[in-house]
Amino acid sequence: MKKFWKVANFRLKTGLIVTLIFVIIGFVVYFFPHKDPFISNSYPNNLGASAEHLLGTTSLGQDVAWLLVEAIHNSLMIGLIVATIGTVVGVLIGLLAGFAGGALDRVLMIITDTFVVIPSLPILIMMTSLMKGNSTVVVMALVLAMFAWAWPSRQIRSMALTIKERDFIHTARFSGESTMQIVVTEILPFALSWSLSNFMNATLSAIGSESSLAVLGLSPGNLVSLGNMIQWARNYNAVLAQRWLWIGSPIIATVILFIGLFLLITGYNDYQSMKRGR
Amino acid sequence: MKFKTFFLQRILAWALTILIGVTFIFFIPRMFPSDPVENMISQMETRSGNMAPEEKDALRAQLRMQFGLDGSLLEQYGYYLSHGLLRFDFGPSLMSYPESVGSIIGRNLPYTLMLSLTSTLLAWVIGNVIGLLAGFRKNKRSSKILEGIAICIYPIPYFLVALVLQIVFAFVLKWFPLQATIQANGGFGAWLGSVVQASILPAVSMLLLGTGWWIISMKSLAGTTSEEDYVRYARYRGLSEFTIGTSYVLRNSILTQVTALAMSLGGVFGGSIMTEIIFGYPGVGTLIQKAILQSDYNMILGCITISIVAISTATLIVDLIYPFVDPRIRYS
Repeated sequence: MKKFWKVANFRLKTGLIVTLIFVIIGFVVYFFPHKDPFISNSYPNNLGASAEHLLGTTSLGQDVAWLLVEAIHNSLMIGLIVATIGTVVGVLIGLLAGFAGGALDRVLMIITDTFVVIPSLPILIMMTSLMKGNSTVVVMALVLAMFAWAWPSRQIRSMALTIKERDFIHTARFSGESTMQIVVTEILPFALSWSLSNFMNATLSAIGSESSLAVLGLSPGNLVSLGNMIQWARNYNAVLAQRWLWIGSPIIATVILFIGLFLLITGYNDYQSMKRGR
Repeated sequence: MKFKTFFLQRILAWALTILIGVTFIFFIPRMFPSDPVENMISQMETRSGNMAPEEKDALRAQLRMQFGLDGSLLEQYGYYLSHGLLRFDFGPSLMSYPESVGSIIGRNLPYTLMLSLTSTLLAWVIGNVIGLLAGFRKNKRSSKILEGIAICIYPIPYFLVALVLQIVFAFVLKWFPLQATIQANGGFGAWLGSVVQASILPAVSMLLLGTGWWIISMKSLAGTTSEEDYVRYARYRGLSEFTIGTSYVLRNSILTQVTALAMSLGGVFGGSIMTEIIFGYPGVGTLIQKAILQSDYNMILGCITISIVAISTATLIVDLIYPFVDPRIRYS
């Protein structure tokens, strides 16, 4: 650990710290006992910041700080679910296409390429507008995951194609290992470090898509997410009423979360290529 | 001969992408339990009281016909392909009945194209120039600061940048109106003036985000290229830094950026939708939002079909130009 900290670059360290802070807020602080922040009129309306309400309260009498904690928790959850599904499905399809070859490969790649090029936001808008805000977190995550698998599957396929021809794979095959065994023991380790970076990327873009949909009023109406929190503040005219803590805190939190995750991704990629270079 | 094969293959892939895309958006909504016609009827009922059953049946049949929901699924699909995809005829818009969806989109699309194409190309050029300078002299302090700024802007979602710009420049500083309005009557001058005023903030916010990525990617490309042997050799030969920068480093790294441009168009379009909605800019994005609010399914389907066709076509064009930019590509 100490050694890692010494060789890690500045971006990786900053990204890691920022992301960790968010993970702690979303998965540790979240479980501290508190009133459900979604319920309105729990507190007096429009309070300023105080020791009791760190970020004040909304015009509906909700505690902004706890609302933010819950929003970070839910946004991270959506990101993680989508990234997990996308990465697992993507890696499996990519390996399948790369190893099966032939007609199966061609069909899979046509579909994959379509999903890489197709504009995801309009389709997400269409699907969620049919549900009109009545969807649940799980449905939302599944819908977002539909666009998260294509890119990794394409990358993993080309990785599989280059690795397939290396000598140690032939050695493994001649020594009697099955294709599945080869994939799991020989190829997966290669794909893993790339997948980790792709996983973080998918988390980031899923959180981004969810908040974009939320601003359109298409995210589940009872889901406290970063996007919905911004949207509610806009709906209740927090800007015109100059309630900067209310509208500002989710905006700033989202910006810091995105920069942190992005630093983590680029820092991690640099770190990996540096490790390979030695 | 070889170019012909490449060309045909690419065209085929283009047609397939569009076909798979529109098939997807046609069938997925039909798998949802919610029926747009029943939704509309129940909405009407909540608005204006209950209807008699026979009245409801007549309305249902009428709406089914308008939505193209008559007949079997396959017949509907055929109708959608032949009318919607090939003729851009999506029936009447329900929010501004009886005008057709096609003509409303035709009015809004130029605004979106203008905004997204100008800001994308500008961002690409500016970002690559800055990225080249930063990558070519990557150890200078100014390069590192520039990259740092780019890294902090790029990952932020489009709508957030738009929202922050709107709060700062339209609300606090009051330099721009909160919502864009286009002067339809009052002559060309008034129209142009209002369009420019409405476009500045959306364009700036898209430019900021777009430029960020091109700076980051070009800096890393140019940084790697600058360390190549042929660049060192050119330097030993005594070529000027400008010549090395433009005809050695730029020429070899710009090609990747052309492909990346093609790949980025889908994302740019999504970003343009969000930016338009925040600023109330009168393009396809704002149209989609209105259609969602008023459950105008014909309009939603129309906008999305057209955006899939538009983005695939733009990607195709960039891909077809690519071999002309890169002499190393031999249409293999």
